[in-house]
Amino acid sequence: MIDVDPSLVDWSRAQFAFTAMYHWIFVPITLGLSFLCAFYETIYLKTGNEEWKRITRFWMTLFGINFAIGVATGIILEFEFGTNWSNYSWMVGDIFGAPLAIEGLFAFFLEASFFAVMFFGWNRVSKGFHCFSTWMVAIGSNLSAVWILVANGWMQNPVGMAFNPDTARFEMQNFAEVVFNPIAVSKFTHTSSSGFVMASAFVLTISCWYLIKGKHVDMAKKSIVVASVFGLVASCFVGFTGDEAAYEVAQKQPMKLAAMEGLYTGERGAGIVAMGILNDTKVPGDVQDAFLLKVKIPWALSLLANREFGSFVPGIDDLVFGNAEENVMGVNTMMEKGRMALTDLAAFKLAKNNQDDSAADAALARFDVNKKFMGYGYLDTPEEAVPPVGLVFNSFHLMAALGSMFPVIFGAFLFFTLKGTVSEKRWLLPIGLFTGLLALFAQQAGWVTAEVGRQPWAIQGLMPVKIATTNLTTTSVQITFAMFAAVFTLLLIAEISIMLKQIAIGPEGH
Amino acid sequence: MISNFDYVTLQQLWWVICSIVGALFLFLTFVQGGQTLLWQVAKTDTESAFVVNSLGRKWELPFTTLVLFGGALFASFPKFYSTSFGGAYWVWILILFTFIIQAVSYEYRKKAANVWGAKTYELFLFINGSVGVLLIGAAVGTFYTGSAFSLNDMNQVTWQYTLGGINLRGLEAAFSLFNLSLGLFLVFNARVLGALYLLNNLDLPAVPDMEERLRKALWSSFICSLPFLLYVVVSILLRKGFGVDENGVVSMVSFKYLFNLFALPHLLLFLLGGLALVIWGVLLGAKKGSNRGIWPAGLGTVLVGLCVLCLPAFNGTAFYPSSFDLQSSLTIYNASSSRYTLMVMTYVALFIPVLLAYIIYLWQQMDSKKITAEDALDHEAY
Repeated sequence: MIDVDPSLVDWSRAQFAFTAMYHWIFVPITLGLSFLCAFYETIYLKTGNEEWKRITRFWMTLFGINFAIGVATGIILEFEFGTNWSNYSWMVGDIFGAPLAIEGLFAFFLEASFFAVMFFGWNRVSKGFHCFSTWMVAIGSNLSAVWILVANGWMQNPVGMAFNPDTARFEMQNFAEVVFNPIAVSKFTHTSSSGFVMASAFVLTISCWYLIKGKHVDMAKKSIVVASVFGLVASCFVGFTGDEAAYEVAQKQPMKLAAMEGLYTGERGAGIVAMGILNDTKVPGDVQDAFLLKVKIPWALSLLANREFGSFVPGIDDLVFGNAEENVMGVNTMMEKGRMALTDLAAFKLAKNNQDDSAADAALARFDVNKKFMGYGYLDTPEEAVPPVGLVFNSFHLMAALGSMFPVIFGAFLFFTLKGTVSEKRWLLPIGLFTGLLALFAQQAGWVTAEVGRQPWAIQGLMPVKIATTNLTTTSVQITFAMFAAVFTLLLIAEISIMLKQIAIGPEGH
Repeated sequence: MISNFDYVTLQQLWWVICSIVGALFLFLTFVQGGQTLLWQVAKTDTESAFVVNSLGRKWELPFTTLVLFGGALFASFPKFYSTSFGGAYWVWILILFTFIIQAVSYEYRKKAANVWGAKTYELFLFINGSVGVLLIGAAVGTFYTGSAFSLNDMNQVTWQYTLGGINLRGLEAAFSLFNLSLGLFLVFNARVLGALYLLNNLDLPAVPDMEERLRKALWSSFICSLPFLLYVVVSILLRKGFGVDENGVVSMVSFKYLFNLFALPHLLLFLLGGLALVIWGVLLGAKKGSNRGIWPAGLGTVLVGLCVLCLPAFNGTAFYPSSFDLQSSLTIYNASSSRYTLMVMTYVALFIPVLLAYIIYLWQQMDSKKITAEDALDHEAY
C-alpha cells in the first residue's frame, strides 16, 4: 500500500479544482462566442451591411478579452497533471497523453494561427478569407474541447487499454475505442452545446442591458436575434445530450448517478427527484430517510438509467454493500479482490527482481483474475467509494433546473424580437439581463457534478485520486494554491473591469 | 509502413520529433526576446506600440508550441513527464507562471480600465522573456548535469535534494553554473532573435531612431551571449556524461558528449552550422544593415537546439539522468510510451507538414506588409 498524506491529496485536489473551475468561467464563452462572431461576420459578408461588421467587431473584442484569460488559466491545467499528479501521469500517460498532444497539434495551432488574422487581418486579407479565419478560430476552439473531453471521458470510463504489470502502468490497446468512448462522445456534445448556451446567454445579457438603457438598440436587437436562435437550438440540444450523458453515467458510473439523485436504496421503477432537501446526517447503511423533503417524478429514473420503466436502479447502499438479489457486487467485495490483486502484483514484481520466472508466472496468473478490481484495493473502507452526495446532488439539480429554463428564455426573446416588440417587454429584459449569470452557475454546477461525482477515482474503478498525487509536501501545494488564487484573481479583476468598460463604450468605437 | 516500424525506431523517432518541437520553440522565443527589448529600444509611446503590436501578432506561437512540447512529451515519454514535472516542481511552476502572466498582457496592456496599468503588463512581458527563458534553459541544462531523484519499483519519483532541510524541488538547478549559463545564453539568444525579428517586421522608416537602437541591442546581446555560449560548449565537450550500456546499466563516462558528437556527426554539423548561421544572421542585422538576419539566425537556432536536445539522448546516453541514483536515470528506451501509442502518434504526426504549411501561409499573408503606424496606433491595436 502507498502511504499518502490525506491533507496533500485534499490540497492537490483543491488546487486542480480551483484552477479548472477558474478556467471554466471563460472557456464556455469562448466555445460559443467564437461561433456567434462567425455567424455575425457571415451575415456581414453576405449582406455587405457595415452595421453587421460593427456588431462582429464589438463581440470579437469581448471574445479577445475573454480568450486571453482563458489561455492564461488553461496552460497550467495540462502541466498540473505532471507537477501535482505525477503518479497519474506515469500510470496513464500512455493513453491520456495522446489526446492532449493531439489537442495541441490540431486545435491550439488552428486557433492561434487564425486568431491573428481574425483580429489584425481586416485590412490585410480579403473579406472572404477573414470570415474563413473567424470560422477556423471557432472550429479550433471546439476541436480543443473534443480532445480534452476524450481525455476526460477516458478518466470516467477507461476503455481501449490494458494494465502492463512489467511497467506498472496502463497502456493503450485501441485508439478508436478511446476516441469513440461513449462517455467521451456524450461529454463532448453536452459540454460544447452548453458552451453555445453560455455564449448566447452572455450576448443576451449585454444586449438586454443596452435595451434597458436605450443605447445601441439596433445593434442589441440584431445581436439578440442570432443569439436567441443559436441559444434556443443549443439549449434544446443540451437537454437531449444531457439525457444521453446521464444514461452513460448510469451504465458506467452507477455510484455517480446514485449520488446525483440522492438514491441510497435501489429500486425498480425508480423515480427522479425533481426537487428535494437532503438529510445531511444520512450515511450509507443507516436507516434514516435520505430526504427531509422531496418531489419525485415516478418511474423516470429507471427510464433514464436503463431506457426501461420497471428496471432496477442501484442505490448507494446496494453499490457499497452489494445486493445479491439484483446481482450487484458491493465495494466491500471488490476491495477484497483488489487487495488480492495488489498483493499478487507485488509478488510478481518481487519474483521478477529475483529472476524467479515460475513464481512470477504464478503471481501474474493470480493477478489476472482480480486485476479489474485493482483500484479498489487502495480504498480503506467501502464508504470511501461514495462521492460527497450533498454537493453532487445539489449541483446536478441546480444545473438541470437552470438548463430547463434556457429554452423558454431564448424562445421568448426570439419570439418578441421577430415580432419587433422585444424592447417594449420591460418584464422580459431583466430576465435576459441575468441569463448570463444563470448560465455561468449552470456551467460550474455541471462541472462539479461531473468531477466531484467521479470521486474518489482519478480513473474510474482503477486508480483512486489519493494514489495519483505527486509526493510533495502539503506546504508546497498550499503555497502554489495561494499563488494561483492571487494571480488568477488579480487577472479576473482586470478582465471584468476591461470588459465592463468595453461594454460601456459599446459598438460605436468599432 | 509505420506499422512496420520496430519499437526502438519509434522511440528514437519520437525523441527527434519532440526535439524538433523544442528547437522550434527556441526559435520562436524571438517573441520573449523582443519583450525584454521593449523598454530598451522603444523610447516613445509610438515606438512601444510598434514593438508590442509586432510581437503581439506572434505571441501565441511560442505559447502554443510550449503547450505542444509538453503534450508531446506527455504522450511519448510519460515517465519523463511525471519524473521531471512532478520532481522539479518549483522550476516548472515558476516557468508556467511567467507564461500565465504573458497570456493576458498583450490583450490588456492598452485596454481602457485595465486596473493595473500598462507598465505592469510590460513588466509581465519582461519577466516572461527573461525569467521564463532562463528557467527553461536551466531545466534543459539538467539533461547534462542530472537531477537528484530516485524512482521506486512502481516508477514513482522521490526528489532527494535538500538545503537546510528544505527540499528545493528543482530550484537547485540554478546552483549549477552550466545550467545558469545555458539559461542565460538562451535569454541573450532570444534577444538577438527578437531584435532581428523586429528589424524584419517593422516599417523602419517610420521609427528611424528605434532602428538604430535595435541594431545596437542586437550586437550587444550577441556579445553578451558569447561567454555563456563558450562555457556551455566547452563544458559539454569536456564533461563526464551519463552513459548506458547494452544491459541498461548507467555509469559516468568521461568525454561522453564529445564522443557522442563524433559518433553522431550530423549533430556536430548541426551545432557548427547552426552557430555559423546565427553569427551570419547577427552580422547581417548588426553590421550590414540588412533586415533579413532573422532567417539564418532562426534556422541556426533550430539546428543548435536540435543538437542540444538530441546529444544527451542518443548513442547510449541517459537524457534525464539522476545524480542521486544513476540507475533511476531515464533513457528514451525506458521512459517512452508503448509501441502501440507511439505508432498511433506517428500517424497523427503525419499531419504536421499540413500544420506547418498553413502557419507559414498565414504568416506570409499577415507579414507581406510591414507593421506601420496605422497598425500600431489603431484604437483596437495592442
